[in-house]
Amino acid sequence: MTAPPAPPRLLLSGISKRYPSVVANDDVHLDIAPGEIHAVLGENGAGKSTLMKIIYGVTRPDSGEIRWEGKRVHIDSPAAARALGIGMVFQHFSLFETLTVSENVALATGLPSAGLSERIREVSNRYGLPIDPERLVHSLSVGERQRVEIVRCLLQSPRLLIMDEPTSVLTPQAVRQLFATLRQLAAEGCSILYISHKLDEIRELCERATVLRQGRVSGEADPRVESNDSLARLMIGSELPSCPLPPGTPGEVRLKLDAVSAKSEDPFGTALDGVSLEVKGGEIFGIAGISGNGQQELLRVLSGETLSEKAGDVRIAGVEAGRLGPAARRALGLGLGFVPEERLGRGAVPALSLADNALLTGARGAGLTKGPWILRGKVNAFAREIIARFRVKTPDETAAAQSLSGGNLQKFIIGREVLLSPAVMVAAQPTWGVDVGAAALIRGALVDLRAKGAAVLVISEELDELFEICDRIAVLADGRLSPSVPTRDASVELIGRWMSGDFTEVGHVQA
Amino acid sequence: MFKLEARPAPSALMRVASPLFAALAMALTGALLFWALGQPVGKAFYAFFVQPLTTAYGVGEWLLKATPLLLCALGLVIAYRANVWNIGAEGQLVMGAIAGGGVALAFPDASGPWLLPAMLAAGVLGGMAWAAVPAFLRTRFHTNEILVSLMLVYVAGLLLRYLVGGPWRDPDGFNFPQSRMFGEAAVLPLLHPEMRVTVVALLALLLTGGVWLFLARTWLGFRLTVAGQAPAAALYAGFGQKRNVWIALLASGGFAGLAGVAEVAGPLGQLQPSVSPGYGFAAIIVAFVGRLSAPGALLGALLMSLLFIGGETAQMELGLPAAITGLFQGLLLFYLLAADLFVNYRLRRVSPAATPALKEATR
Amino acid sequence: MNEAFVVALVLSTAAAATPLILAALGELVVERAGVLNLGVEGMMLAGAVSAFAVTTHTGSATAGFAAGMGAGLALSALFALLSLGLMTNQVATGLALTLFGVGLSAFAGQPFVGQVVSAGVPRVLGLDLVAWLAIALCPLLWLFLQKSRAGLLLRAVGERPEVADAIGFAVRRIRLAAVLFGGALAGLAGAYLSLVNTPMWAEGMTAGRGWIALALVVFATWRPLRVLAGAWLFGGMTVLQLHTQALGLAIPSEFLSMLPYLATVVVLVLICRDPRTILLNQPLSLGKPYHPDR
Repeated sequence: MTAPPAPPRLLLSGISKRYPSVVANDDVHLDIAPGEIHAVLGENGAGKSTLMKIIYGVTRPDSGEIRWEGKRVHIDSPAAARALGIGMVFQHFSLFETLTVSENVALATGLPSAGLSERIREVSNRYGLPIDPERLVHSLSVGERQRVEIVRCLLQSPRLLIMDEPTSVLTPQAVRQLFATLRQLAAEGCSILYISHKLDEIRELCERATVLRQGRVSGEADPRVESNDSLARLMIGSELPSCPLPPGTPGEVRLKLDAVSAKSEDPFGTALDGVSLEVKGGEIFGIAGISGNGQQELLRVLSGETLSEKAGDVRIAGVEAGRLGPAARRALGLGLGFVPEERLGRGAVPALSLADNALLTGARGAGLTKGPWILRGKVNAFAREIIARFRVKTPDETAAAQSLSGGNLQKFIIGREVLLSPAVMVAAQPTWGVDVGAAALIRGALVDLRAKGAAVLVISEELDELFEICDRIAVLADGRLSPSVPTRDASVELIGRWMSGDFTEVGHVQA
Repeated sequence: MFKLEARPAPSALMRVASPLFAALAMALTGALLFWALGQPVGKAFYAFFVQPLTTAYGVGEWLLKATPLLLCALGLVIAYRANVWNIGAEGQLVMGAIAGGGVALAFPDASGPWLLPAMLAAGVLGGMAWAAVPAFLRTRFHTNEILVSLMLVYVAGLLLRYLVGGPWRDPDGFNFPQSRMFGEAAVLPLLHPEMRVTVVALLALLLTGGVWLFLARTWLGFRLTVAGQAPAAALYAGFGQKRNVWIALLASGGFAGLAGVAEVAGPLGQLQPSVSPGYGFAAIIVAFVGRLSAPGALLGALLMSLLFIGGETAQMELGLPAAITGLFQGLLLFYLLAADLFVNYRLRRVSPAATPALKEATR
Repeated sequence: MNEAFVVALVLSTAAAATPLILAALGELVVERAGVLNLGVEGMMLAGAVSAFAVTTHTGSATAGFAAGMGAGLALSALFALLSLGLMTNQVATGLALTLFGVGLSAFAGQPFVGQVVSAGVPRVLGLDLVAWLAIALCPLLWLFLQKSRAGLLLRAVGERPEVADAIGFAVRRIRLAAVLFGGALAGLAGAYLSLVNTPMWAEGMTAGRGWIALALVVFATWRPLRVLAGAWLFGGMTVLQLHTQALGLAIPSEFLSMLPYLATVVVLVLICRDPRTILLNQPLSLGKPYHPDR
């Protein structure tokens, strides 16, 4: 590897950051040349986000040195970062929903509001990022919100733009548009730091990659000449585990929604518009789509937290369940298993022990109560079984849920629901933010459930994951569900078109 | 150099220790206050915390005042566990007194053994009925229970004043706004002839065990705890939210109502314009100091009761205003909340080696 | 006859509404910043007793009002230390502040019970300057919140503190400023009560007005101009109560005294019955402690 022409736009050396239970960054080195598109690659929990927060002045390192265009700097606030010429597009957007686009821009940049709308239009047209400056942010789609973030950065003529996992909120077509914008920016001399765990994207876009593993730099590479496997080896020390889906024979319909419409409780939420679907026993049905398109609402309808108008709107294991609450749905036949998208606070009670969290949904299915009394011995045994069978890393079942890492807690929650042997299993974003090992175990558990004849519904933003473990895929876009297609007949292009709400020209479709 | 950092899990030790730190800090502030008021600190402390307990009568008074505090606090423990903020225990207590006292006044000549149980039951129901208002309004109209329960404290107080000044006024009472004295069958038996504390103190002790069992061992108690700590998890698990609100408010209202009727059927023996020196409010502090647990509430009630009588003694012995009690109560809760920081956070010594680099990096 | 009577009625309504306007506006700003301070009653009491004491000693109403504001400010600083500095539960801390304020004011006010003070507050058009100030504050705060950059910031911090932090705003400093402003206004409200409304000191003399002010903020759906309307409604009720008593109607005074409390409940029910009204208007992060990752 040859050294980039001196001085680099940004040079990090010896950056370390410790948290109570984890070393997020350990002696990290990173350099970026002017006009370079540089990837920071690593799996969930490898320390990418912490590093970006350090560069943007949100978090301070415990030790290490930062040089900007050759000069030593101390970036102790985002304002300081912006003053240097660093812009950041966050993974979770830093926008205020109740304010307009131009108010948001004015607030963050300190630019005078006079004539701001004009400048926003100008920049957004120049870079192919159309937005209306007068609209309220909560009325924008997730993709549009990302454009607002990018335009907000561009208005300050950045010399380094940090993009944190930007494509998870975009349709495949929008990803291509974004890449074009980023290449245009790089050609104009702006350096780009592109953070992702998606190998294909990095190989397509980036000229150089710094790979992080468990907080340390595990290697540097030119992704254009590497393969997915060689990058994966740098990233996790082995090739990406895959979870082959053995051929299955779907049984009868176990989960059925019949033209369900539902308003959202969230004033900024998306209403469901006539969603119908059928999931058979022994089948995994995947729902793709970008969060915010009705996923929350659909999940509430499935779990019973939102009751449907008619009992027949939702059928679980053959029973009309539309008017039944969550507890009653769990008790139906073999019952409904449910893994919510939000682990701490919904799937588990943060301050309670794992044993108590096993009791949360296991009370009836695992026989953990008798009359009004809790059977402590059984609760503890059930929790221990989950911990052992799903390899949850924890001292014992008395540990508080909040003391577990995201991946371990998710293994516990999945384990709890799986051990109740449900007839129908609904899992939302099952591997979001989870390390590769845990993700493989979780996907394996869902595939095992399918083998046992359960109907499994997976709602996920990760297309790769859906393509790997689903028998059929549909897309939720703006509260409407697309037709479904067998996974072997699905293409990224088709799913992408469905994501944009265009359900026409469906090709190989099964009603 | 020290740094505050989040603990991976809340510290069980600190949960128990922080009320003790809070009591200690309150005592120290008290010493400072006595000194600033020109009182000999040792003597003032003696008058406040020791002297009341030197006689059997004093101990009786201590338990007497601890009883309604404990009862109200037990109910609040249940409510606050469920994240239902009933702060109107004072009003529910008054309604318990009105309902129970009403039964006594309705049967002035009754002598049967049924009268007291009927009064106690009426008191519990009175408190429950008053707490049912915020429960109904919250579950039906999404109205905040904090404000509603508090507003009803004032309404209950005015209602009591109206009753004892009007329809229920003792005709032979020289126009004083108070009811007739209750008959003998309507007065609670004493624990000990030299004390004023009644058998309700024992009942409260029994109920303490009951509430502990309820919260620690029953499925319903578990569901309330989950609803309080993580409302979304309760919805996800299918624990009916409305039912939790009802249970929390009815339980706390019932306990406060029992405290109220026990006051009028005990030490007061009649209805007066004021039946409580603020037990219902002080019980909020008791519940917190007791870590929202029943055994904790017992200890908290004993401490808070001592503050009440200590204030009275200090008034007589030192000429200090009795209102000093309220000051101490508020301080105690402040210190407790502050000390609770260390339940979830700890101070970590930043190692000297790392310190210079940190300073450099963050300058 | 009626013109003079109506004028008197309006003036007394305005005077009765003034402490509610002041306290509610202060709390409104605090809540817009995402902080719930239930200690309004306690801060008002501290303000009332301080103002009374200082005016009694100095004879100056200005000094009294300043002392009232100072006392409210000091108590709110205590609240800020706990809830912002130590990230305590805001509901519990606010309750503690009220209980503390009740105790403190009763203790400090002991020597003044039964005394009367005459504070000459200058009047314009029959209404004293503090009442005018309260009225003027409503549109001023509206302008501040909707039109100024600082107001935009304050609202932003109350909506999404983590976003404001990520962009680089000092969330806790902005919240501190809001809490202190709320404390000062609550103290002023208390001072007005003990110097103008009923020029005397009595234990617990706020009689729940701090809580009513909290309800008014909800009633006003966190908008300053509606606070004015709500406060006048309650002020009118107080005046009506006095006049009914004067007219000798056969309604026991206790029931008339219940009116403001019952009206508060009714008003809350009316505004809350559609949960979307609250969801759409309540600052998103209200009552949630924010701990920046620093």
